Amino acid sequence: MSEVIIVILMATGAALMLLAGIGILRMPDLFTRMHVATKSATLGVGCVLTAVAIFFGDVGVFTRALLVILFFFLTAPVGAHLIGRAGYIVGVPLWEGTKWDELKGKYDHSNHTLNSPKTLKTRVPDPDSPHARDDT
Amino acid sequence: MIFDTGLSSAMEITVNVMMIVLTVALLMAFFRLVKGPTLPDRVVALDLVAAIAVAIFAVYAVVVDQPVFIDAAIVLALIIFLGTVAFARYTERRGRP
Repeated sequence: MSEVIIVILMATGAALMLLAGIGILRMPDLFTRMHVATKSATLGVGCVLTAVAIFFGDVGVFTRALLVILFFFLTAPVGAHLIGRAGYIVGVPLWEGTKWDELKGKYDHSNHTLNSPKTLKTRVPDPDSPHARDDT
Repeated sequence: MIFDTGLSSAMEITVNVMMIVLTVALLMAFFRLVKGPTLPDRVVALDLVAAIAVAIFAVYAVVVDQPVFIDAAIVLALIIFLGTVAFARYTERRGRP
């Protein structure tokens, strides 16, 4: 019974990893590549490590495998966000089929702030709020 | 069969096919790492290479029946995250793709 679960989990993990490889090879620009690599690779690693943990059936191995899975689920989105942000700031070209770029014209490259008149410039701080800032 | 594991035949086929599939995925990610065209592309590819390497370590732990290889996977996952963060900071500082 446990062997069936192991085989299914391992096959799912390998398929997701292959999907990530195909995606990073075939996708047209940085952001789509980042999106496909991060999501499917994270889930693939999770599946494979769960299968390995079930295979050994040991508390120590299970804890360590859980640690790796937890670590991947925590760090992969953070790393992808950081590198995507850096890529956007330095001006990596978007795919020509991109329909929406919500940051276009709103991002100030000189001081790294967002220029959004609706939310930033006309907001009146509540004087009774303990979080009211003096500089706004 | 490439790896003689001594397990049941279903497990042995799974492990062998998995190693081949993971190697193909690794080669694809490595091709993107070499080709670029920008630095963030290479960093994303490097991240994927590390994730596939972690999966290969985990499968290899099953092949040789040694759970010690999971520790190597932990170390690799830790180090490559720091590398990604450092590369992101560096790209932002450098100011060009």
